Amino acid sequence: MICDNAELILSVKDLTANVDGTQILKGLNLEIKAGEVHAIMGPNGSGKSTFSKILAGHPAYEVTGGEIIFRGQNLLELEPEERARSGIFLAFQYPLEIPGVSNLDFLRVSYNAKRKHEGLEEMDAFDFDDLVHEKLGLLKMDAEFLDRGVNEGFSGGEKKRNEILQMALLEPSLGILDEIDSGLDIDALRIVASGVNALSNENNAMLLVTHYQRLLDYITPDYVHVMANGRILETGTKELALELEAKGYDWILEGAAA
Amino acid sequence: MTIEVSTSTDSILTNPEVGTAKVSTNKLSTKVDRAAYLGNLLSLRSTVDNLPWLQELRDQAAAIVQELAIPSTREEDWRFTDLSALVAHTWQQPDPAIDLKACDSIVLPEAGCRLVFMNGVFKSHLSKLEDLPAGVFVGNLAQLPSDRLAAVQAALGHQTGAEEVFTALNTASLTDAAIVCIPRNVAVEKPIHLVFLSRTAGTTTIAQPRCLVLAETGSAVTLVEEYSSADAPGTYFTNAVTEVVVGDNAQVNHTRIQWENQQAFHIGKTAVSQGRDARYTCTAISLGGQVSRHHFEVYSQGEQTHSQLMGLTIVDGDRTADTHSLIAFSKPYCTATQVNKCIADGKAHGVFNGRIYVPKLAQQTDASQMSRNLLLSSKARIDTKPQLEIVADNVKCAHGATVSQLEDDEVFYLQSRGIGADAARKLLTFAFATEIINQIPVASLRQSLTQMMRDRQAAS
Repeated sequence: MICDNAELILSVKDLTANVDGTQILKGLNLEIKAGEVHAIMGPNGSGKSTFSKILAGHPAYEVTGGEIIFRGQNLLELEPEERARSGIFLAFQYPLEIPGVSNLDFLRVSYNAKRKHEGLEEMDAFDFDDLVHEKLGLLKMDAEFLDRGVNEGFSGGEKKRNEILQMALLEPSLGILDEIDSGLDIDALRIVASGVNALSNENNAMLLVTHYQRLLDYITPDYVHVMANGRILETGTKELALELEAKGYDWILEGAAA
Repeated sequence: MTIEVSTSTDSILTNPEVGTAKVSTNKLSTKVDRAAYLGNLLSLRSTVDNLPWLQELRDQAAAIVQELAIPSTREEDWRFTDLSALVAHTWQQPDPAIDLKACDSIVLPEAGCRLVFMNGVFKSHLSKLEDLPAGVFVGNLAQLPSDRLAAVQAALGHQTGAEEVFTALNTASLTDAAIVCIPRNVAVEKPIHLVFLSRTAGTTTIAQPRCLVLAETGSAVTLVEEYSSADAPGTYFTNAVTEVVVGDNAQVNHTRIQWENQQAFHIGKTAVSQGRDARYTCTAISLGGQVSRHHFEVYSQGEQTHSQLMGLTIVDGDRTADTHSLIAFSKPYCTATQVNKCIADGKAHGVFNGRIYVPKLAQQTDASQMSRNLLLSSKARIDTKPQLEIVADNVKCAHGATVSQLEDDEVFYLQSRGIGADAARKLLTFAFATEIINQIPVASLRQSLTQMMRDRQAAS
């Protein structure tokens, strides 16, 4: 929801970035305020996944210019773990499997890292167990998931639900969902989307990065941005997504070239 | 005809960024005459007077030893494991007066019975030989009932590969052995705990423990075999041999843990034969020793056997840890799974050489072998060589090897959840090891190994 006088959560100005010497982002600008849901759409190779990884601090990407201010802080000065503790959350397109580390232990270590950062005491195993069981219901996940290795042997849908479970526990100010809908069947998509909707409130913001308009039938964005060739070319409302679905991306790319 | 061979890595892997994995130039110690040295080790053996059959077995082995020498890195089988540090020591027989009143740390709560040897000598006061189903024998040679003698004589020292130098030295020096006999169709519920302790009291001693496990047709047993040091740091040499005979349709779950101290030398052989439909599972953990080697040989001798070998080696400092394995099939419809992992830190050197042999007769074999290695420092080194030798033409075999650092993407995933980079690396290393540790069927052992991992990480 768009609110008047809402806090500015994220401000990106003229961002340029390289990976392996190739420029991927070529002057990206974006502002996100508390309470808002933004969607970035774009063809393959437009740089949208790169952008989400840069926000989270992936070491493979080199920022060459511009700035990212997150709640008044220069994000580029922070290590990935400091960004996470300050309230950035990236739901991965391909969540990694970590056999040997139980999902429950992983969630607790992660949760307590954030509590410590906020000057709070670490939560003990019993209280955490209660908390995590409460959140499981939101994602219609079985408690059995907690005892398994992190994402180990999970189906595609289970991995994505596990990402949203982590987001539910960490309560970020900015949730970045990188192709959270890709590879999901319609039932799993509904569960994931209702989880995201339940977590969205006036104090946080969501950034959806997606290839498909279908996700936006379940999570309604306040703004839709079209990204191509490392820049945001067009910004509109959810109607823009429908137009893209009907007409494809070419008209925007041609408009930009003209 | 289907032959599936994945990621062939018959050659030595190299990782240009971290560590090195390449052929070393031989630095052979010329100062020591290795044949004479081996002869000296043989001359240390004590005599057995009243067991003619054992004397005969020893004599046969001694004749083999007299033809051999301590291997050098010129030999293919020992190319990466240099025994120069071993032959720099003069070993002596342990003082029989060295003893221990009690040793609570060895107690495994789940185990039904415990057999303890110290410096190769049976210790009845440290052992606990009760709580066994009728007909099961666990004890040393002296206690062996006469009706078991024929079976023990037929098996002891008769596994293929008995002529290998250290195995033959052990047999030639044999005075006593840990014996486990599980009769036909008996399932032993509680694990049997075999403990081989070393205690040097400041001397440089050699001990050559021996173990024989006979699991008859249709029986089932869980074994925990442990090698460790029972005193403050001391230099000693353990040359251990364990033979396991898994009868038709029998099931043996074997855990072998080598946590010798870091000055020790440990050379161990596990030789297993499996009858028809036999299932053998082994989880071998190697943690100690300045130079350690585990030589693992599994001979599948019937149809439809299943073998599972899981290995974990953790090596640091300037230590060397070597695992050699052979799985040899001889009949059709058999399956085997092997995963061997090594974590090398500091200037340590990890070695793996694994052979799977599938002869013409062993059609429809389904075997996989994976060697996974983690280098934690730029000076650590791993040499790995998985080998498949397939003569049969209708089999499914896969093998592979990886040598890597922790993946940046894995570390980043944990960082993106607020976990610091250093903690993330420790967690991932821990997870790498835990995958093997979790195969161990005894909970208290899993916990001690897990705790050991945490302590090591906290110290680093």
